[in-house]
Amino acid sequence: MTLVKTTIDRRSFLKVSALAGGGMMLSFSWLAGCKPTPEEALAMPKEWFELNSYIKIGENGLVTLMSPNPEFGSNVKTSMPMILAEELDVDWKNVVVEQADFYPERFDRQFTGGSQGIRQGWKPLRTVGATARQMLIGAAAQTWNVPASEITTEASMLHHKASGKKAGYGEMASLAAGQAVPKEVSLKEIADFKVIGNSKKNVDGKNIATGKPMFGMDYTQEGMLIAMIAHPPFGMRVKSVDDTEARSMPGIKDVFIIKTLQDDYERAGFDTTTFTELAVVVGNTTWEVMNAKKALKIEFEKISDSTFVMNGWGGKQTVKVPGGLESTEGHKSRMAEMAKKSGNVLRKDGDPAAAFKKAAKVLERTYNAPFLAHNTMEPVNCFAYVTADKAELYGPTQAPDFVRNTVAARLGLPKESVHIKLPRMGGGFGLRAYGHHMVEAAVISQKLNAPIKMVYTREDDMTYGIYRPTYTATYRAALDENNNLIAFHVRGGGVPEHPIHANRFPAGAVDNYLAEGWALESNITIGAFRAPRSNFNAAAEQSFLDELAELAGKDPIDFRLELLERAKNNPVGERNDYDADRYAGVLKLVREKSNWNETQPNVHRGVSAYFCHNTYVAEVLDLSMQNNKPVFEKVYAAVDCGIVINPDAAKNMGEGGIVDGIGNAMFGELTFVDGVPEKIISISTA
Amino acid sequence: MAAINLNVNGKNQSVDVDPKTPMLWVLREHLNLVGTKYGCGIAQCGACTIHVDGVAVRSCQLPVSVMENKSITTIEGLTENGDHPVQKAWLEHDVPQCGYCQTGQIMTAAALLSTTPNPTDEEIETAMNGNICRCGTYLRIKAAVKTAATANS
Repeated sequence: MTLVKTTIDRRSFLKVSALAGGGMMLSFSWLAGCKPTPEEALAMPKEWFELNSYIKIGENGLVTLMSPNPEFGSNVKTSMPMILAEELDVDWKNVVVEQADFYPERFDRQFTGGSQGIRQGWKPLRTVGATARQMLIGAAAQTWNVPASEITTEASMLHHKASGKKAGYGEMASLAAGQAVPKEVSLKEIADFKVIGNSKKNVDGKNIATGKPMFGMDYTQEGMLIAMIAHPPFGMRVKSVDDTEARSMPGIKDVFIIKTLQDDYERAGFDTTTFTELAVVVGNTTWEVMNAKKALKIEFEKISDSTFVMNGWGGKQTVKVPGGLESTEGHKSRMAEMAKKSGNVLRKDGDPAAAFKKAAKVLERTYNAPFLAHNTMEPVNCFAYVTADKAELYGPTQAPDFVRNTVAARLGLPKESVHIKLPRMGGGFGLRAYGHHMVEAAVISQKLNAPIKMVYTREDDMTYGIYRPTYTATYRAALDENNNLIAFHVRGGGVPEHPIHANRFPAGAVDNYLAEGWALESNITIGAFRAPRSNFNAAAEQSFLDELAELAGKDPIDFRLELLERAKNNPVGERNDYDADRYAGVLKLVREKSNWNETQPNVHRGVSAYFCHNTYVAEVLDLSMQNNKPVFEKVYAAVDCGIVINPDAAKNMGEGGIVDGIGNAMFGELTFVDGVPEKIISISTA
Repeated sequence: MAAINLNVNGKNQSVDVDPKTPMLWVLREHLNLVGTKYGCGIAQCGACTIHVDGVAVRSCQLPVSVMENKSITTIEGLTENGDHPVQKAWLEHDVPQCGYCQTGQIMTAAALLSTTPNPTDEEIETAMNGNICRCGTYLRIKAAVKTAATANS
């Protein structure tokens, strides 16, 4: 049992009553058509008792758990309530889960991204659950007149063994809600977990399979108009719009240009830098607006070099946006030039130059990766209703806390007056951390003084930017006459950022090590995309290590394990960002599970292992060639991400990640001609 | 604008729209059936799949004017209680991640099984090939289609 102080997340203990009149949004009613099913209605309690921000218990024992973070498919809406349920000691059958609104006065860190939802939510959610349980125990102790220490709980029941008394949570909920919040609570031992580690079905599974409205795109309300944007190619801006034809089309209400961010606005967080001026068409229905958008005659003009201030993660800096129409061909030749020169030294151990000079063998390989678009299945969209004193927003976002600041600044409202509801997102992958769409929707609604839903076409969605950057990395390694790795050098660059994590493996395992990085400016914008930078490094570095093992005449798994052994026993440097034992652990596990040494005719087998975002992964992939095309026969994956809340959902994530990795490697390449993404040209004219 | 008579999920309904309007938008914005999704608008992703006279079709490229005298089924009308063998198999395998494409996947799978109750792996792959899932749940989609086929037989 671990004792924790409950003050670490005092916000979680605020109750609705304590906030009445303080900007409560409960009257802000959404998705009213989403009525409970008959079986749900029967089980609904007559009265709810709120124990804290996250937990309500009905008099009949039904428990509502609030899921704080926005859900984009990583299962947080099921997994985070499972953590609450564990410490509350509630029977999962008695639980209903509700998506919380963005409500920072009541919930902590409502951000989905950086692979941190569960990790950061772990202790606060456990504490909240344990606190509610302690309050139920307090209520029972008071009712039965026995010491609280003699009361135990199990699956939504309170027991006093000595007297044989027992009660359901529902019976004690009313009294529990009035108990003082304990200053200290004890958390369960991991060995005693009953909910965590046992697979639970997605709480939205049935709603998804029956097509219930739950996405931002599905939202509608009386009097709502539809808006669409038109944006220029990269490197250009809107000069003028001839809207004569569009305005005459049926259902069209207005055409105008909006400025999404003011020129002197100091950007921060996930503010994007792509287009600050957009043409907007507004009308009654999506189809009508889509047609009118095609009828706009927009003249673009080239932008010249400009700058903006970004108060970002690395502090305040001035970012340069170069003018010019960029093409993939130009990127490639500029990158090849840059790759010949030294970059910024990110880490240097020993004397790499000397080691390369005395090497028996040297291997050098270069790996390139293109821009990638997120292509979430649900195109970018957002509902907004902005009035004189408040803004109501409902749209897919991973980062409501960040976009609220931007919207408030842009509209000139206090941030407490910007209310954001969190729909389920049709994919995210990093894209929806960037809140430009919410700013755009809010500006459009403010101008029209009407409720609007802004919808991007698929083409708009794919051409707006915020891409995974294009990268390149050249690896060099030196072996001595005994095939020991004596030097390792990586020089990586990209547009407009380099991909290198200098302190990751094999740093720490090699005496002489050099990592360099360089970047080229661009007006094509980039953003987080499923493990930013790592999604390139893992493939490039592991491909290189495989070739290196071959050159050294060693088994590729043994070769990696040897290096990890060195990093564990006699590490080079002090800033190595990995645990060599856990790294080796996944490699050993995948070696065993894949029967690594068994070969099949015409099946090529490869291994890779990577650590990032707190997770160690090793994979063995079997590939065959059929009609000159690679066919992926099987992938074995060993994953160590720490404690797993919902194992089957974690497996689903892993399967999807592997499929996505293969898909993007084979088909994802996004190329540009004169600032226009090429694949979109072919789609638009198809 | 023209009044067009439709039979959607067994119900006769009339809508007054531009005859060129794709069925997708008629369903979503005129009949408030939003289970059919907009993904690409050019019949390349499958999120908008519905049944027309029992056949799986992409509703985003289907003008409403040609839909009179046809029987249209959307995910909302596939079953009353969400207990079609495909829907049940979807829950059993806990297929969805984000969920956005899944109604289209289910409609394609249900149409496949109505004509091919026991599909081979290759038949499943061919039928499901046009339905994109960006979360990459394809392994579970295939497993769920097989489970639904077994339940059918």
